Amino acid sequence: MRILVVGGGTGGTIVANNLARRLAGEIRSKKAQITMLSASDQHMYQPGLLYVAFGQMMPDELYRDQKSLLEASIEFHVDPVERFELDQNQVRTHSGKTIPYDVLVIATGSRIVPEEVPGLAEGGETFYTEEAAVKMFKALRAFEGGNVGIVVGVPHKCPIAPVEVTFSLHDYFKTRGIRDKVHIKYHYPINRIHTIENVAIWAKPEFDRIGVEYETLFNVDEVDAKNKVVKSMEGTEYAYDLLIYIPPHRGMEVIEQNKLGEGGWIPTDRSQLKMQGYDNVYVVGDTTNLPVSKTGSAAHFEAEVIAENIASNIKIGSAVRDYDGKVYCFIEAGHDRATYAMFNYENPPDLKPPNQPMHWFKMSYNKMYWTSVRGLL
Amino acid sequence: MSETKIVDARNTFCPGPLMELIQYMKRAEVGDTLELLSTDNGTVNDVPEWVNKVGHEMVSSEKIEEVWHIKVRKTK
Ligand SMILES: Cc1cc2nc3c(=O)[nH]c(=O)nc-3n(C[C@H](O)[C@H](O)[C@H](O)COP(=O)(O)OP(=O)(O)OC[C@H]3O[C@@H](n4cnc5c(N)ncnc54)[C@H](O)[C@@H]3O)c2cc1C
Repeated sequence: MRILVVGGGTGGTIVANNLARRLAGEIRSKKAQITMLSASDQHMYQPGLLYVAFGQMMPDELYRDQKSLLEASIEFHVDPVERFELDQNQVRTHSGKTIPYDVLVIATGSRIVPEEVPGLAEGGETFYTEEAAVKMFKALRAFEGGNVGIVVGVPHKCPIAPVEVTFSLHDYFKTRGIRDKVHIKYHYPINRIHTIENVAIWAKPEFDRIGVEYETLFNVDEVDAKNKVVKSMEGTEYAYDLLIYIPPHRGMEVIEQNKLGEGGWIPTDRSQLKMQGYDNVYVVGDTTNLPVSKTGSAAHFEAEVIAENIASNIKIGSAVRDYDGKVYCFIEAGHDRATYAMFNYENPPDLKPPNQPMHWFKMSYNKMYWTSVRGLL
Repeated sequence: MSETKIVDARNTFCPGPLMELIQYMKRAEVGDTLELLSTDNGTVNDVPEWVNKVGHEMVSSEKIEEVWHIKVRKTK
């Protein structure tokens, strides 16, 4: 049984490690083999980028060698896939190799496409890449006061990020002693300040308390970087001195080029996480088209279900688990308090008031992540 | 050629039905009709509010066996 995992980020790494342990006997007796192909020899802890943008973490703290995170029995190559030939059960890679498989797991993640909004990249700051997060920090440090606008592209990974960055901006300017010189305005695409109703209900009075203004039904359409004005599809605009944006996303180009899914999002079965129409292709993490938050947390829970089912199929010829849509997200409510949201397809989250221990739990998780992707947590 | 695409946002709290619809509307062609499926009762008010503000067109909205079917046409 040849299992091929394409993508060495959160989802792919957890699937591969979990499987390597479940199938240790089969791998030893050469009945199973796990190969991972990725686009990089490095693994980035992406949630750390928010801390880089506020000077609380250095970029080098976000990386580990991908190989060091994998069980020794997993064959790992940095050789990105360029062609998916699903009907022939094989992929072709950048280096020209053809790799056949019996079971394929696609875990290629998503990419930011700020260029879909004219002027956004030129006019704004973001923290969704290492380079951007460092640049955003320098812009914040140089800022002496004025209008700060936060705008949100659709779709985006980490749906909690818009509120987290807003709380962090408030705390950052307060610490610098210039909060009274800064006007913060938050703009959100739908008709409440967060898509999760209970998050919106909790965040609204918090925004009122800390003096953050908000506008809903604001889908960023265009940025006039020269005159520093951001315009919405809905016909409103905001004159900013500093614009912070959550970029719109797409799945990876390779997914679009191979016509696996519109926008790079692969049509995926909600509970078995198989690509629609293919019994031996699983999809995990950001690249699914599931109506589930694009988070490391969703990728993690999906990965466990996929690994358990691939292993049980080999051992007893049947899947044993369904994915129930579970997501667990920490919510940083500034630089010293946090809460969390846990939900699935059926049950909305019940939000607790933020507290300091939860913030320290998140800070510890920033380190524990590496244990978690190794499959030890 | 315009066509009707289904956006299945049943049982989702995040990103949620309206966010899903906005995503698909951005990628649709002018003239396309999208049919949003939602189990969230708030959707029946949320969607027209957004559609009217942006200037797209509400085609229909009905509840069939606990699922809202909301059709919207992209006009620009
Ligand atoms: C600023 C920020 C904050 C975030 N905060 C949180 C948070 O607080 N909580 C949370 O749960 N999530 C958070 N996330 C989201 C989380 O990081 C992602 O949702 C998660 O990493 C998705 O996992 P994935 O496996 O789908 O993709 P990724 O982890 O992005 O991995 C994709 C992998 O695919 C590889 N790849 C790409 N193309 C190819 C190819 N052609 N062939 C082979 N390999 C390929 C890449 O090299 C990479 O290894 C945050 C993200 C950002 C950017």
